[in-house]
Amino acid sequence: MVSAPVQVAPPVQAPAPVRRRLPRWVAPVAGVVAVVALYVAFRGKAVLPHDDDATVFHWLNDARDWVDANRNSSPIFLYVVNYLRLGVSEIYTLIQGALVALGWPGLIGLAAGLGWLAGGWRIALVSLAGFAGVGVLGFWEASVDTLALTLSAVVLSLLFGIPLGIWTGRSPRVRRIVTPVLDVMQIMPTFSYLSPIVLLLLIGPASATFATMIYAMPPAIRITSLAIQRVAGVTVEASESLGATGWQTLRKVRLPLALNTIMLGVNQTIAAALSMVPLVALIAAPGLGVDLLRALARVNVGAALIPGVAIVLLAIVLDRMTRATAQRRDGGGRARVVRWAGFAVLTAAGLVLTSVLAQEFPEQWHVQLVRPINDVVEWIETHWYTFTGFLNDFVAYGLLNPLQDVLTSAPWWLVTAAVLVFAWRVSGPVAGVIAAGCLAGVAALQLWQHGMETLTIVLVASVITIAAGLALGVLAARSRWFAAGLRPILDAAQTMPSFSYLLPAVALFGNGRFTAIMASFIYAVPVVARLVEDGLRAVPATVMEAARSAGSTDRQLLWKVQLPMARGSLLLAANQGIVMTLAMVVIGALVGAGALGYDVVAGIAQQEDYGKGLAAGVALVLLGVMLDRITQGANGRRSPHKKRNA
Amino acid sequence: MKKLRLIAGVLVLGLSMAACGGAKVEDDSAAAPSASAAGSAGASAAGTVKIAINGWVGYEASAAVVSHLLEKELGYKVEKVTLAEEPSWQGMESGDVDVIIENWGHPDLKKKYIEEKQVAVEAGSTGNKGVIGWYVPEWMAQKYPDITDYKNLNKYADLFKTSESDGKGQMLDGDPSFVTNDEALVKNLKLDFKVVYAGSEAALIKAAKQATEQKKPLLMYFYEPQWLFNQVKLVKVNLPAYTEGCDSDPKKVDCDYPPYDLDKIVSKKFADTGGKAYELIKAFQWTNDDQNAVADDITNNGMSAEDAAKKWVEANTAKWQAWMPK
Repeated sequence: MVSAPVQVAPPVQAPAPVRRRLPRWVAPVAGVVAVVALYVAFRGKAVLPHDDDATVFHWLNDARDWVDANRNSSPIFLYVVNYLRLGVSEIYTLIQGALVALGWPGLIGLAAGLGWLAGGWRIALVSLAGFAGVGVLGFWEASVDTLALTLSAVVLSLLFGIPLGIWTGRSPRVRRIVTPVLDVMQIMPTFSYLSPIVLLLLIGPASATFATMIYAMPPAIRITSLAIQRVAGVTVEASESLGATGWQTLRKVRLPLALNTIMLGVNQTIAAALSMVPLVALIAAPGLGVDLLRALARVNVGAALIPGVAIVLLAIVLDRMTRATAQRRDGGGRARVVRWAGFAVLTAAGLVLTSVLAQEFPEQWHVQLVRPINDVVEWIETHWYTFTGFLNDFVAYGLLNPLQDVLTSAPWWLVTAAVLVFAWRVSGPVAGVIAAGCLAGVAALQLWQHGMETLTIVLVASVITIAAGLALGVLAARSRWFAAGLRPILDAAQTMPSFSYLLPAVALFGNGRFTAIMASFIYAVPVVARLVEDGLRAVPATVMEAARSAGSTDRQLLWKVQLPMARGSLLLAANQGIVMTLAMVVIGALVGAGALGYDVVAGIAQQEDYGKGLAAGVALVLLGVMLDRITQGANGRRSPHKKRNA
Repeated sequence: MKKLRLIAGVLVLGLSMAACGGAKVEDDSAAAPSASAAGSAGASAAGTVKIAINGWVGYEASAAVVSHLLEKELGYKVEKVTLAEEPSWQGMESGDVDVIIENWGHPDLKKKYIEEKQVAVEAGSTGNKGVIGWYVPEWMAQKYPDITDYKNLNKYADLFKTSESDGKGQMLDGDPSFVTNDEALVKNLKLDFKVVYAGSEAALIKAAKQATEQKKPLLMYFYEPQWLFNQVKLVKVNLPAYTEGCDSDPKKVDCDYPPYDLDKIVSKKFADTGGKAYELIKAFQWTNDDQNAVADDITNNGMSAEDAAKKWVEANTAKWQAWMPK
């Protein structure tokens, strides 16, 4: 199911075989028949029903109690962990204090100045408008907190990420160790590591910064490493032959040449950090996420959309700024003077205004949008009710329940074996063993049933998402007109924080699994569509010409030439679609999607469920790794640029 | 590069600021209730009070009125920290929370944070009486008069089936962080139901409204004080009566929820150094009707929590003046 793109490969009819071989479809069909037969024979045996009292959970609870009791006496805490917490919250307080001290006109001025410095008047204008817009929406203070948290996480991520990136860039051995770790860091549903972080660092901005770093650091490391590797060997050799030491070569040759690419890494790191904003509000991080969560609890779509837009504005400003810096070409001395002068003028203007204007962003400048948005939502809710209800029931009764029944009533060894064989066939023996191992791990954590429930939602959501993304991508690749219309919509959908999607979904479909599916659909379709489109467009024109002159129809062209040739991109699209869906389905627990995501939420919120929540977090990571390995496929190596971050 | 050096400097500074004896979590200097007053612009001279905001509107109503008085009458700055119930207690330890303004029982947490860790103390009743229970819409109680006895619930389980309830009846719960024994109750009372979490108070309210308007069957977890009871008629289902200690083991609960005397919890540090703010919070006490009036304004009359609090304060001077520190 997961590998839909693979199956579209044309059945190769062996041309006049010398020795008759079995047709290619025999093995898969035999496999499916075997699995079905075993399922029928062993249905209901070796199932692992959920037990809230599992021993693993008790162990983890005991571990929690130990940490709780020794937080102020064990040397690990006294000398390491507590200092980490202290240091990081110190950094946050410092940055937050500085941003607040600038005052709102000062901060807007500084942003405009930095924009000017990065890319001239255009970027300055974007920064000015973006930051002022945040104030106009009525979220100035929360946005400053969010900005401070994001900056602390980004600064720390770069502080550790760039040196690590340089190291991995230069040593293939380190690269081999670091790459899988980064893979896991990025595949892990962000939800799953909140509990362990809270256990060690308690709630508050410090743990929020750490949680953000886990997600934001990988792009910094990956892209820095890539940038260093790309510096041409000839240049390095030239520098070395001139007698430069290793350190000199690094500082004067490698780093400057890699700088623009590294700035892209900074860009990705910032985007990743901003995407964590709503989530870390669950562990008492101040900022826009708090408003989002509160709106979610009140099922108030308008009130959730506005802070979402504020996050988007911050994201756009920081993105354009860093992107412009990455693309900048150094002009002459004159240009430099103009740049710095502009920066100074804009910043100074802001600071002067700070001392003149009111301390808080003026309330009469706020725009009220909550009510009109809610009016629209209410209209849709009352008028589309039959349709949305039908859709919900159709998916729940038609797809989710039957699949869930099968997965939870099948013996665990049968599911694991089926995954082993399937992954082996699609992505090779290593992937097969890892995938099966992950699934066995879920069973060992005594979370089999909830794991299967989560898997059900993810599979259904992924199929819907990939099908829609494929259709959109194919259409966009065929028609420039369609692509041009689609692009801005996809851009917007991609920058909104994922949490914002829960709200419209809840408003339309009520609480439950289907809502989580719809939210992940909106979240993941843009990426899938884009990857499919890129893949199809990358098919060489000459190949297309050849096929066309051989008399292929458009349809044949698509199915027999374009799709098979874009196999790599399609696999990548499937992979990204599934990983993103998993992340979103887990968050869907906040609106009643249940299963592992719910266990994690409950683990944070109820102390007797702590162990279950922690185990569920690990199980989610295992599921993520499993799905990722299965879909990475033969040539679907993921590139760090394509990992969706915002 | 310069930036990196700066950060490194700050790090060293931060580390050396804590004494060499190792760092304990309470050492966090920013956590002291009034310590963060200096420095950040906009903070007032009296200091900052960090109030946890739990996820139901009644709580928010109490917090809004107290915040209003702290800010407007006593000159404090109030930081509202949106958190679930248990993490709020944890916030007392980490220094992120000074006040929980409406606590629902939680004997286990009281034992852990008040007795064992000694980071929190009780600050008296809010005057609100809390009730938790299972409710059905009024039309169901009229149509099926015996449904209000839990023993008959299995007879009607089919009515409550939904797409999310695995072929059993659906017992709709709220936010996973709320105080609930429902999973244990369903199991121990051998009910053919499945607990499904709607995710929030608002989702429960929406379900109750729909169930009443469209005559849809619904069995749900709900609680008082709650403004909704003024709008929608719900009937409580009788669970086996509560007796002292019948809910001591969370896995073996088979009785109704106890009556709750909602109370206030503050951090130890706040009790010691909170001054007038602490005195006000200790003295704060009002009725369920008071809270419902403010909650109703917040939810249904389009007011912000601040405006609703202001309205109540202006109309009830005598009540709040009794809370003011002398």
